[in-house]
Amino acid sequence: MTLIDLANPTRFLSLTARVLPWLAGATTMLLLVGLYQSAMAPDDYQQGATVKIMFVHVPNAWLSMFVWGVMSLAALGTLVWRHPLADVAAKAAAPIGAAFTFLALVTGSLWGRPMWGTYWEWDARLTSVLILFLMYLGLIALWRAVEDPSRAARAAAILTLVGAINLPIIKFSVDWWNTLHQPASVLRMGGPSLDRAFLIPLLVMAIGFSLLFVTLHLAAMRNEILRRRVRSLQMMQASRQAA
Amino acid sequence: MTALAALIRRDIRIALRVGGGALIGVLFFLTVTVLMPFAIGPDLALLTRLGPAILWLGALLASLLTLDRLFMADHEDGSLDLIVMGRTPLELACAAKALAHWLAAGLPLVVATPVLGLLLNLDAAATSAVALTLLAGTPALTFTGMIGAALAVTLHRGGLLLAVLVLPLSIPVLIFGVAASQAAITGPLAFGTPFSILCALSLASLVIGPFAAAASLRHGLD
Repeated sequence: MTLIDLANPTRFLSLTARVLPWLAGATTMLLLVGLYQSAMAPDDYQQGATVKIMFVHVPNAWLSMFVWGVMSLAALGTLVWRHPLADVAAKAAAPIGAAFTFLALVTGSLWGRPMWGTYWEWDARLTSVLILFLMYLGLIALWRAVEDPSRAARAAAILTLVGAINLPIIKFSVDWWNTLHQPASVLRMGGPSLDRAFLIPLLVMAIGFSLLFVTLHLAAMRNEILRRRVRSLQMMQASRQAA
Repeated sequence: MTALAALIRRDIRIALRVGGGALIGVLFFLTVTVLMPFAIGPDLALLTRLGPAILWLGALLASLLTLDRLFMADHEDGSLDLIVMGRTPLELACAAKALAHWLAAGLPLVVATPVLGLLLNLDAAATSAVALTLLAGTPALTFTGMIGAALAVTLHRGGLLLAVLVLPLSIPVLIFGVAASQAAITGPLAFGTPFSILCALSLASLVIGPFAAAASLRHGLD
């Protein structure tokens, strides 16, 4: 069982049809356990009950970057190995990554309101996540601008790789920009070392959310393959009618 | 080498002639800068404080608007296909085209900066600082923007899509360009630190830009 065996879309469809229910079940279990543990976690002595937003916020923020990494690997698959399913994977991942980034921003601003007294702060970390969100949206716009999927795939792959090089630079420059404007920042995200009572639910939630991404990604890839089949059938029908 | 020099000469000549439109970028730069006081108000002290930021934003938008033509005109008359199939490495040809584009459209922005600085009540030191940062930073804008231009030409889309793809990538250049100008005018910070990072960004884009643009042309044109 190698990656090249999955190049056949039919085999991919039959394999994922068998795997997906198990994945979905495991995701539900882990998220339920994680949510229960998060609800049972003690309140923070400074932040009170609002610290529980962390259990949703941090996995989302983590996945927002992880998904770009997955797309970069898929982009390499498109450009270097010409794997037939790589561009399907890249295309299916973009909206999911954008959703995770959006959720990270929303939960972050809901957390920021009671903690910092404001929904939005031009904090370095917030700003770079917002830019990441803009880049996801640009990538989705690129996918939607072109009808022919294989043509859009190569363009999107190059943009994804350029983004992967640029994201650390943007992160670094935004950090620099912010420290320049705010020398003594009072905004600190809790203590650096997490207590065990918080760490375990957080880890469970992180694994649960990662599994959620895998489940959604595989399901979206199946949809994309089926959508392409429908499209080519429609094209065949149209050309037959024209002839 | 002669092929690259000929390519640069040809591109500059086309850009400067009737229909080339390189100098429209400068006109746009001027217009945007003139619009700003209408939005902000004619408060000279405020304009002095915002001056570097206004000039940098204007230059960023002006260089973005002219990028559309970098590959589009060559694609329309077929010479882009010749360049892609030619014996000169496509990466070098892309770098030459971007260099020519910068000489025709980016350098005039730098030259126009002192006049525009006058309008924004910047003194000589501040104006020269902004001009110097623009001189160091606009190559980065052209060379990263070239990636977007190459993508746009292979997809037969331009305009807004190009802007949406390129603008987030130019954030670091904007940050360090404005930071260096501010450091020279007011800041306690040394001018050298952000300025050398700005130069580093330009040099890095000099490497990344041609490779990404050439890859996108090679994969995208058929």
